[in-house]
Amino acid sequence: MSVKTVPAKGAGKSIGSFLAGNSVPIMFILICAVCIPVSGFSFTYLLNEIMSRLGRNAFLILSLLIPIMAGMGLNFGMTLGAMAGEIALIFVSDWQIWGIPGMVLAMIISVPFSVLLGLFCGKILNMAKGREMITSYIISFFINGVYQLIVLYMMGPIIPISHSSIKLPRGYGIRNTVSLLNMRQSLDNAVSFRIAGVKIPVITLLIIVCMCLLIIWFRRTKLGQDMRAVGQDMQVAKDAGIDVERTRIISIVISTVLAGLGMIIYLQNMGNLSTYSSHSQVGMFCIAALLVGGASVDKASIGNVFLGVILFHTMFIVAPNAGTKITGDSMIGEYFRVFVSYGVITVALVMYETKKRRAKAGNGRQLQLEQEAIK
Amino acid sequence: MTTANQTAVPLLEMRNVKKDFFGNQVLTDINLKLNAGEVLGLVGENGAGKTTLMKILFGMDEIRETGGYGGEILLNGEKVSFSSPFDALAKGIGMVHQEFSLIPGFTATENILLNREPKRHSVVAEVFGERFNKLDRGAMKQQAEAAIDKMGVYIDGEMTISQMPVGHKQFTEIARELSKDQLKLLILDEPTAVLTEHEAIALLDSIRGMASRGIAVIFITHRLQEILSVCDRVAVMRDGCLVQDVNAKETSVQEITRWMVGRTVAGTEASHREIREGKVIMSIRRLWVDMPGETVRDVNLDVFEGEILGIGGLAGQGKLGIPNGVMGLYEAGGKVLFQGKEIALNAPRRCLDASLAFVSEDRRGVGLLLDESLEWNIAFPAMQIQNKFLKNYLGGLVKWRDEKAIREVTEKYIDELAIRCTSSRQNAKELSGGNQQKVCLAKAFALEPQFLFVSEPTRGIDVGAKALVLNALKKFNQESGVTIVMISSELEELRQVCDRIAIVSGGKIAGILPATDSSEDFGMLMVSQVK
Repeated sequence: MSVKTVPAKGAGKSIGSFLAGNSVPIMFILICAVCIPVSGFSFTYLLNEIMSRLGRNAFLILSLLIPIMAGMGLNFGMTLGAMAGEIALIFVSDWQIWGIPGMVLAMIISVPFSVLLGLFCGKILNMAKGREMITSYIISFFINGVYQLIVLYMMGPIIPISHSSIKLPRGYGIRNTVSLLNMRQSLDNAVSFRIAGVKIPVITLLIIVCMCLLIIWFRRTKLGQDMRAVGQDMQVAKDAGIDVERTRIISIVISTVLAGLGMIIYLQNMGNLSTYSSHSQVGMFCIAALLVGGASVDKASIGNVFLGVILFHTMFIVAPNAGTKITGDSMIGEYFRVFVSYGVITVALVMYETKKRRAKAGNGRQLQLEQEAIK
Repeated sequence: MTTANQTAVPLLEMRNVKKDFFGNQVLTDINLKLNAGEVLGLVGENGAGKTTLMKILFGMDEIRETGGYGGEILLNGEKVSFSSPFDALAKGIGMVHQEFSLIPGFTATENILLNREPKRHSVVAEVFGERFNKLDRGAMKQQAEAAIDKMGVYIDGEMTISQMPVGHKQFTEIARELSKDQLKLLILDEPTAVLTEHEAIALLDSIRGMASRGIAVIFITHRLQEILSVCDRVAVMRDGCLVQDVNAKETSVQEITRWMVGRTVAGTEASHREIREGKVIMSIRRLWVDMPGETVRDVNLDVFEGEILGIGGLAGQGKLGIPNGVMGLYEAGGKVLFQGKEIALNAPRRCLDASLAFVSEDRRGVGLLLDESLEWNIAFPAMQIQNKFLKNYLGGLVKWRDEKAIREVTEKYIDELAIRCTSSRQNAKELSGGNQQKVCLAKAFALEPQFLFVSEPTRGIDVGAKALVLNALKKFNQESGVTIVMISSELEELRQVCDRIAIVSGGKIAGILPATDSSEDFGMLMVSQVK
């Protein structure tokens, strides 16, 4: 029994379908276009902020691309990598190793943690094929509990933490906020110059460019090809002899490792670490940003990453001010950004399903057309 | 490509190959020889065992999981036993399945060389392992082109699968097998089913080309003319046995058809009832149904009141699509009139309200509430749809199940249909296939419909249960005057029960004949418009 798939004829290309396919980015461009003048920020200020946030966030979002390629959807597994990065930073700040050496050391320490967490997450996601997104989301809650156990209770009595500036006054556990002031923007400022008042963090951008090249290279490797195959049809890939389970695990491990490194870049830009909340916010905002850039559950490109970072953060920057100007309440902007993040994720998920259903209904229409053609 | 060279060791030899699925014998003592460069046409009705035989040869997991097979398979005189398709591939057996095994977003080239891509060595791979080698796109292109050349039918290697017409997908699959250097034997399972006539001719040329290069081909198809034009030998299977193995030159389409369908032609008594060309109870006009693998195109059909109409045809031709489409289980279009009134399609509830009932071929999925008792299974639809077996209180505001009535009706059907169970409270999933089927029927009978679709009522059940089920249907028709449309792959069964039999081929009704016509006539209809 052969299942006939009718090729989608003439779909794509037209302006209507372009708008429909890119509705989320277009909506955000409109929001930004309205909010920028209202907020009253200067252009230089905006560009500066966007540049700084681009350096801060892009690497983290890039870590999402590989699991999407392997068909595992928008993966909250990156939250686990972020936790690994945070633990590494806590150690480094306890040892008082600052600046770029501190960052490098933190990155090295984060890798084994990320790999372990990635393996764990990948194994579980292999048991829940087709439901990766929700499963990884729940895993991130679960591991958050383990993370709190380690950071809140074990650091001190079991894992030696000596420096009192990061320890809670009661003698064990880590403070709510760990200051990374001595590390703050050390990477961004290592080599930087200003163009028309906009600071360009050269090294950070170089790292991000390298990362993009690495992803492009990776797509062309055998492993990258296998991941694309697995992502599109697991059964066919398996029949061709590709080790599907292992390939999927590797994609998650790569994602968590990159997320760990990305988190360290992110936090050095921020200059402080909210021990108990940084990682959970970061996962959701990264996914929202990627979707704002026009990605979907099964398709995301490097272009989506950059467009997403720029649009999402522009909205972030201008919304509170615009909100204050319009309603006189600064809270409205803060409310708006959280509301929008969840909204974007919901819309993207619904659109993904609708698209699938529409493709299916297309088969029927095709049949009807063929039949009418005979008449 | 000659059948000569009999003295040499054959490329493939099967000796007494047997297979049963949990006691249900599907293959009996198959003996078959095939030489290098020979093309063997394998034909038979659905369920004759062709696909199972090929699965055994190809070492599919399914066979091992269901208890392996009996007999021996020899390749070049050596006994082989494949534990997976990969072993079979390594020994030079390639198979093109009925279902496409292609990655939709990849190009033809990428699919042809899937997981066998040539790689360019890189330093990173030294550290992280083989899989970090870069793909050698240039070499991939060359190898894919070489395979396409070998096939002799041109397809664009750079075209993405999802944008290809169906025929090209099929050719991509064939090119994939040909790109394997060790290929000695290629199995094509109904490759022309999805091809246009033009493409099919190209494929036949390509098969001749392969054979002249010394590749043996086993060609499974329902298009008998193709077999005669391309094959050296024809093997005909029926009911799990190899009934004929002859030179293609010495036979004809009529003869093959007879071997395929006929027990002896006069063997079974067909039902001898007056055909009542009375009132039309259901008329179907220009029906299309999008049921995967069972697409229906432009079907026009009239069903007379009180008759039993059979719908037969080969698998995948669309016979199952008709009831599933009319009853609203798959997306459908067209017009269906029942007793002069139009029935809305794509709305199962409307059909049920109009007093239609359907016994689905998907017993476990659609037919039964597996984790519920027989009582529930039998009474549930009647309760839901017709408010039967309910006690009304407070003027109908509160409805309670009438447990006693439910038990009575269940026990009545358990007796009537001889359902073997421990009690009417037993869970449906604990019953055997045949008894589950009887429960499905009882469920439909309890609705007391005016019109009943029964789809594959005897699939996967043993002979005794089969007779019972068929008799129950006949009786139901005679006693309650219910019009029945029965869909079955087994022609003989249809001929026993039905008054008229419509044969579906290529998604359309190829013809309607009285059940008393000869098997050969039906056979010719079955293969008439195979697409």
